[in-house]
Amino acid sequence: MQTHPAKRVEIIIEEMMESRLCEALLKAGVKGFTVLPVHGGSGRSGHWTRAGQIGRAGGMRAVVCIVRPEALDTLLNAAFSVVERHIGVVSIVDCEVLRAERF
Amino acid sequence: MDLLDLALGNLLSPIILCFALGLFAALARSDLTIPEAVAKGMSIYLLFAIGFKGGVAVDTAGFSGTLVGALLAGVFLSFALPLIAFGLLRVMTALSTLDAAAVAAHYGSISIVTFVAGTSVLDSAGLTYDGWMVAVAAAMEAPAILSALWLVARSGSGRQMDSDLWREILLNGSIVLLVGSFAIGWITGPEGLARIESFIVSPFQGVLCLFLLDMGLVAGRGLRGARGILRPGLLAFGILMPLIGATAGAAAGVGLGLGTGSVMLMMVLGASASYIAVPAAMRVALPEANPSVYLTLSLGVTFPFNLTLGLAIYLAVARMLTGG
Repeated sequence: MQTHPAKRVEIIIEEMMESRLCEALLKAGVKGFTVLPVHGGSGRSGHWTRAGQIGRAGGMRAVVCIVRPEALDTLLNAAFSVVERHIGVVSIVDCEVLRAERF
Repeated sequence: MDLLDLALGNLLSPIILCFALGLFAALARSDLTIPEAVAKGMSIYLLFAIGFKGGVAVDTAGFSGTLVGALLAGVFLSFALPLIAFGLLRVMTALSTLDAAAVAAHYGSISIVTFVAGTSVLDSAGLTYDGWMVAVAAAMEAPAILSALWLVARSGSGRQMDSDLWREILLNGSIVLLVGSFAIGWITGPEGLARIESFIVSPFQGVLCLFLLDMGLVAGRGLRGARGILRPGLLAFGILMPLIGATAGAAAGVGLGLGTGSVMLMMVLGASASYIAVPAAMRVALPEANPSVYLTLSLGVTFPFNLTLGLAIYLAVARMLTGG
């Protein structure tokens, strides 16, 4: 099966910033992404969980994008302009995709 | 009935005991949890029910000038209380300007659950209150955020207000639901209430009990992880500020000539601290402020204080001031 190299970017961002980040990604020409709920975790502010929470302040989201290697810098610049001052993690891994024209 | 009887009666009510159970379970590291979706569902139910019943009460009693006066007083309190809170925090604690402003915003805004618990205490005591106090609660949600942003802007930091932020502040879900259900209740009146009474009246206390169980769990988890945050000055602020807010609320309520129940609710609104609308706005507007400080203080200190002792104190003072 023919595969193509790509970059998988995972951005863990505060729930309140999700819509701003998604908007910035679309503006930067990212063709698609997936938003996943995050149940809990631990970091510099200590352990946290979404169990029983009603407000959006303590919530996080995971936004996963897969792009061609040459589009990575544009994506990161767009994402960084939103997440720079906020709690979160940005990570990048190499991956392979089957249908390159979709990315 | 003296203050001690009131406090004891309040402490032994199902809603407070449910809160205590949640607090105990979290502190004892029990695996008892209420799923996020269930908690959100219950909060939507409570907001809808309290808003709808408030609207029906206005339709029944009629529109009055006192409502406008109470709305204006509420907005003024919400703008002014963060300034007092900020000053106190700078004196009593070592918080930075940014953290102090973020905490101050919470104390100008309100906790709708504390308000609902206050109405429950009034119902138990057989006292009535103006249904439109719900509208005052909704009006007090947002102005405090603007005061906090002004305090930060003076120091040259903070975020530029954009249209998205304005929309999130003024149209946050709890304000839209509360005002919307209030309007529906006002439009449809007692006939509308009769159609959905079995849904929004009878189960209300039971849902409130479960919701407060969840609040206890969340507060307990927050307290468990806040050992390094709750210094004595901050803890003292979490108890002192609600009493100052309640005093301001009492002055406004008595000045407007409100009845005992409404004066007590005005005190509750002044005393309570937000943990839904304001924390969300602070995460966008002041992301560098430490959320552990304001969430722990609001939900882990002031909310339990108001629920267990504050409500009884406010009712006793409101009775004393109005002769009710």
